[in-house]
Formats: sequence, structure tokens, C-alpha cells
Amino acid sequence: MPAFAAPTDRPSKLEVRSLSFYYGRQKALNDVSLSLPERSVTAFIGPSGCGKSTLLRVFNRIYELYPHQRAEGEVLLDGRNILDRSLDLNLLRSRIGMVFQRPTPFPMSIYENIAFGIRLYERLSKADVDARVEAALRRAALWDEVKDKLQASGLSLSGGQQQRLCIARTVAVKPEVILLDEPASALDPISTAKVEELIGELETDYTIAIVTHNMQQAARISRHTAFMYLGELIEFGATEQMFTAPKEAKTSEYMTGRFG
Amino acid sequence: MTRHDKRKLTDRVMMGLCAAAAVIGLGWLTLILGALLYEGLAGLSPAVFTEMAPPPGEDGGLLNAIYGSLVMTVIAVALGTPIGVLAGTYMAEYGRHSRLTVVVRFINDILLSAPSIIVGLFVYELMVTRMGHFSAIAGAVALAILVVPVVVRTTEDMLNLVPNALREAGTAVGAPRWLVIRSVIYRAAQAGMVTGVLLAVARISGETAPLLFTALNNQFWSTDLNAPMASLPVTIFQFALSPYEDWQRLAWAGAIVITFTVLGLSILARSLTGPRRER
Amino acid sequence: MATHDAVQELAVARGRSVTRFALTDALFHGATRACAILVLVILGGVAISLLAGSWTAISQFGFSFLITESWNPVTERFGALAPIYGTLMTAALAMVIAVPLGLGIAVFLTERCPIVLRRPIGTAVELLAGIPSIIYGIWGLFVFAPFLQQTVQPAIIATFKSVPWLSSLFAGPPYGIGVLTAALILSIMVLPFITSITRDVFDTVPPVLKESAYGLGCTTWEVVRRVVLPYTRTGVMGGIMLGLGRALGETMAITFVIGNAHRISPSLFAPGTTISATIANEFTEAVGDVYTSSLIALGLILFIITFIVLAAARYMLMRLDARTGG
Repeated sequence: MPAFAAPTDRPSKLEVRSLSFYYGRQKALNDVSLSLPERSVTAFIGPSGCGKSTLLRVFNRIYELYPHQRAEGEVLLDGRNILDRSLDLNLLRSRIGMVFQRPTPFPMSIYENIAFGIRLYERLSKADVDARVEAALRRAALWDEVKDKLQASGLSLSGGQQQRLCIARTVAVKPEVILLDEPASALDPISTAKVEELIGELETDYTIAIVTHNMQQAARISRHTAFMYLGELIEFGATEQMFTAPKEAKTSEYMTGRFG
Repeated sequence: MTRHDKRKLTDRVMMGLCAAAAVIGLGWLTLILGALLYEGLAGLSPAVFTEMAPPPGEDGGLLNAIYGSLVMTVIAVALGTPIGVLAGTYMAEYGRHSRLTVVVRFINDILLSAPSIIVGLFVYELMVTRMGHFSAIAGAVALAILVVPVVVRTTEDMLNLVPNALREAGTAVGAPRWLVIRSVIYRAAQAGMVTGVLLAVARISGETAPLLFTALNNQFWSTDLNAPMASLPVTIFQFALSPYEDWQRLAWAGAIVITFTVLGLSILARSLTGPRRER
Repeated sequence: MATHDAVQELAVARGRSVTRFALTDALFHGATRACAILVLVILGGVAISLLAGSWTAISQFGFSFLITESWNPVTERFGALAPIYGTLMTAALAMVIAVPLGLGIAVFLTERCPIVLRRPIGTAVELLAGIPSIIYGIWGLFVFAPFLQQTVQPAIIATFKSVPWLSSLFAGPPYGIGVLTAALILSIMVLPFITSITRDVFDTVPPVLKESAYGLGCTTWEVVRRVVLPYTRTGVMGGIMLGLGRALGETMAITFVIGNAHRISPSLFAPGTTISATIANEFTEAVGDVYTSSLIALGLILFIITFIVLAAARYMLMRLDARTGG
């Protein structure tokens, strides 16, 4: 399998080297190698079951919540292997945030949803936390909608608002990388547009990896696109090139809707 | 008679029997509740809640017994709930996939329906023989042992109902496991866990057998945890089996107090989470 | 974006938090695990303490304890046969009455009951399962036993007076209290219990299975008999065993009405005793090591019997859960 270099002049933030992943005995990723350039959006597309979500779940090692799941190979964050046993997982996850397919607000107030993550690693005064909460909510374009009801339950928001709350929550921790696992698949078109716009804005500060089953979405928001199929990385390149002139036959078949 | 008619007849007869079973079963239970209301309401008066247990032939109430039941129930819940919640947490969180959890679940389910009189014997051996006397604290410990399995069971069930997405979300922010559990998972499962405690209180507030030889009984007002203490169920037992009519009347009054308490708690618990099975 | 210093500062702060987290997490993990193990310790403790407490009796009477009928505190000769017989007899009779009734009610509730009544009746049954046994006991003593004594028992005795075998089964005098009364009260007690579990188990049958049977033209009874019951067999058995476990260990309701007589009588109207009733009645008044120890030995026997029954019940219900995936 050829190793894909970042097709860009930006330095690499996250570098995957011959990564394989197993659910028990079943192999879900086979020898995947690629590198995500810093401060840009990389999209992962492919038919369901192709391993794109699995790959994302390796980046913050969230899979470790479950037994019998294991990764082999290397994933380098700024040159350091995050699959290293001695690495502290909580620390890793504070550097690599994640937003999930369905909105997952914590069962607490809107304010607490954001402050929870901030207080984990920083001892701040009430005023500082307030400021950080506001900044995060502004960043997620949610502030104007919720500023008068910060003490309301996070669950009282609409689906789209909940998802932006989750993005704000992730941003508030000041991560370096943000993983988005089909963040708009459970949302209506208007909310989806808002979330996509938001992702574009976040690109200036964060390295973003997004899994999506929606090819138009990948085309709209990403700089680079990786196409995966049956646990293998088939092609990785600049989004424009991938969509206009894919090199691999499999990629163009998928893009034109012949399978998947 | 055609085969079809025969089948139809069988169906009619069998389903009729089932309906009859419902009428008989429910009718019988209605009879019991009716008798309880009839006899209990006759004995119920403010004095039941304000006066001490009387000697035979005198007027009185059940205040000391009610107080004793309250005290021992509160201590039992205070002792049993944390143990039950933590054990349930292990089973649903840290040890969800471990062998230990399978074993603990099996044993806990057995404890859940084990005869309570055996728990009484256990605490008698464990505490009463060592301390040399019966005591309220021994009674509370016996009740606590009955609280634990109920709370373990509901805690595990309720935590298992919390979607994994929420665990992943908490973890993804960088929060350590214990904080995710405490601040996110417990909050999500709050109503169900409170239900478990309420069901546990309902269960122990009518328990008599485990108190018979731990807390024993006490004719008088006592707040000493180190001494025998009266409780509503044991007092009812004693009064009902006595030959004195006023005592028997008080026993009925106590019975109705307990029944309403238990039914009230069960209904409250149910209203928090919808119908639940307690096996 | 943040300056280099700010990033550095954040990294240091995070490092400190991480050490704190790891320690607390280890503590919390350890505490939950310890409590889970404590559940096992409690059951182990019950077994060990019962064994230790009954040691005097076991070493003095040995195996004969199980097959001796006499229970004499004065001569300190104790045998468990009468209470064991009473326990098994009352529980078995109670199940004979309660199982068909409970199953019938469960079938009625799941198949025939009008939807509007289903919830209220179901809830009522579950609530009744929670009523403390002492309530059933007091009702049995003051209402049910006198009724049996005055009307039912004399009639039965008179009816079967000349029938050879039944006349000894229903031999007088009509005390009201006795083995049969205890069994009847027990059956009423376990009825809501069996009903609510069976109903839960019946609800696990996939609707599509029943619908296809109805689609073939089956009557309701045929669906119950050929689809629901076979599908839920282990679960129903588990529920019945749980009810049996409860009936075997039930104390207070029986203590009121069984009469507490240490003898085995062929008549169901005669007073008898059960293991739990004997313990409840005599434990605090027992004088001397042998007497106390014999009572604890009774407890040990009850513990072993119920443990086996309950373990079997749980095993069956576990198998059902594994199949339905819940």
C-alpha cells in the first residue's frame, strides 16, 4: 500500500503510518497510511462499513472504552505516537476533540455543558470561565440564541443547536485537532448549512478531520479528501482533484454513484 | 361437531378460564385490601401517630414504633445505598465486560429474593452475639443488606440504559472516567436511580423477619441505637398475636399505615420512570 | 491563535490535572469494584455464619437432624423433619393453586384484556406484589382463618367423611389455622409475583410471531398454547421458580396462620410449622446452645433449598435474556 503524503505545503499535524484496526478478530482497517495537514479540513468518504468512522475513533483512542478493539501501527501527533501505551488518554483527548453523529449534550445546563470541559484542566476564576463559555458559544455561532438562557438544560435546545453546543463544548477545551463523525447527518438542511459554515470558520485555528457520507458536503467544506473502501485507503488527495479527476477507478465509480 | 367448531369451543373455554382467573385473583386481592381498609380505618386515629405503645387495656398509639421504623430505615438506606450504587456502577461501567460482573449479577439476583429471615439470622450471628445484646443498629444493618441488592439491580439497569454516545462524548472532552460517570452518567440516570432507592425503602418498610432478632422490639420510647428498638412491623406482629383487643386494633391501624406507605412509595417510584419490573 | 507561552502554560496545567485524575480514577474504580465484591462477601458471609452457628447442632445430631420429627426443647432433642415437611408442603400447595391462576391472569392481560384496562390492572398486580407479607398474615389470622373454620372446613370435613383417602386428608377438627390455610395465604401472596413476571416474559414474544400464527387462522388459545408458551417456556419456568423461592422463604404470613405445631399430620387442616415460622416464633426465646444452634441449622437448610431454587430460576431467566438480547 503506498503511503500518501500530505498533498500540500502545510506541515503535517497527524500522521498515520500503516495502521490496522481490529474488532476482536475482524479486521476493520488494513494498513492505512496518510497524513493530515495542519489547520485544514480533511474529509473521509466511502460507503458505510468502509472504516472511515473507525479511523476517526483511533485518532482519540475512544475505542479503548470497549474491550476487544485494538489498533496496530502508528499515529503521530506532532511527531509523537499516540498509540503509545504510556500516553495519558485524557490528555490526548483534551488535545484532540470529537463531535459525534447525534448531538450529545450532557444532562446539565447550557453553561455547564461548556464549563465542564474548561474546568477539567484549568483552574480559572468564575469571570474567566464565563468569558471562555461566551467565547466558545460565539465561536460556535450559538451565543445570540442562548445568551438569555444559559441556565436552561442543554437538552431543551433544538437538534441543530445541540450539535453546535457540542462543537462549542469541544472548542472550549482548546484542542488542536477536531474530529467530526458525520456531524450533520442527523440535522435538517438549515442546521446542516450552519454547521458547515462553522466548520469553514474553525479551519483557521484547528486541524479538522470529518467523516461524512454526503459527497457534496465533502466537496463543499474540505481541502483534502480521503476515499476509503473495505478498510483500505483507496485514494487521498486535494478535494478538487478527487472530485474532478480521481486517479483510482474505484474512486470514480463511487463518486458517480455506481456503488455505495 | 366439525373440527372448526371444536377448536372454537376450546378457545372459548380456555380464554374464559383465563378471564375467570383474573376475576378470582384480583377479587381475592381486593377482598384483602377491603378488609384492611375496613379494619384499619376503624383503628386509625391521631393518637396512633402521637402516643406511645400502650400496655394492654389502655389507650395509646404507635409513635415509638413509627419512630423506630423511620430511624432504622434511614440508617439502612444511608448504609446500603452507597454500596449498591457503587457496585452497580462497577457492573455497568468499569466492569461491564468482566467475568466478575456476571458472577455478581447472578449472586445479587439471588440475594434479591433470598428469604429475609436468613438475613436476620446472619446479622444476629454477626452483630448481636458479638455485642451481647439486641440493638437498633443491628436491625438497621439487616435492613441495609436488603437494600443493597435492590439498589444494585436498579443502578445497573439504569446505567445500562444511558446511551454509550454520552459516555463517548464525556470521554472525548478529555474527562476521566470517574468524572464522566459522576457528572454525566449519574445525571442522565438520576430518575431511575432514585426509583431504585424508593423501591428499596418500600421493600424494607414492611420487613418484619429480619428485625425479629436484631432490633427485637421495645415497649417504650428509645432513641438509643445501641439498645433494642421498636418497629412498626414487629409491633404489629406482637400486637396481632396478642389476646388483647385494643392491641389487635392497633395492629390493624399499623398495617394500614405500612400498606399506604409502601403503596405510596411504589407509585412515586413508578411515576419517576414509568412501569418497572422488580423481580 | 494562542502564543507559544500560552500553549506551554496550558500544557503544564493539563499535566498537573492528569496526575490528579489518574489517582482519583484509580480510587473510584477500586471503590466500585470493592462494593461489587462486597455483594459476594455478603452472600458468602451468610453461608459461613449459618454454618458456624449451626455447628453445635450438626455435630450433635448429624444426618439424623434431617429425618427426625421430634422437636423437644426440654430434652434438647431436635429434628428438622416437621418444619422441612411443612415448608415443602405449603410451598407446593401454594404453587399448585397460584401457577394456573397466575398464568391465566397473564394470558388474559396480554391477549384478551381491553387495552384501556391493561395498564391499570397490570400496575395493580405489580403494586400488590410489593405489599408486605405481614399484611397478608394479619388478614389471614383475623379474617380468612375464622371464615375457613366456620364455613368452609366443616363443610369439607362433612363431605369427605366417608371417602377413604380424602377423609384423612381433610380430617377435623376445623381449627381455621393450619397447613392448608397457610398454603392458601401463600398462594395469594405469590400470585401477583408470578403474574407480573409471566406477563413480562409473555411481552418478549415478537408480535410478528403471533401475527403469523393468527394469519394461519389460529384461535387465541392456540396462539397461546402453540406459540407464546413454547417460546417463553424457560422464562415462565424461571418466573415460577422465583415464586417458589419466595413461597419457601416466606415467614410472616405463615407464622400467623400455620399454628406452629412440630408434627407431621396427614390432615391438611391440622396445624403444622415451616422452617421460617419456627425460627420466627422460637428464636428469641430459645434457651441453650443446642436449641439456638438447631434453629440456625434450620436456617441453613432453608438457605440451601432456596439458593438452589433461586439459582435455577435465575439461570432460566438468564437464558431467556440471552436469547432476547435484553
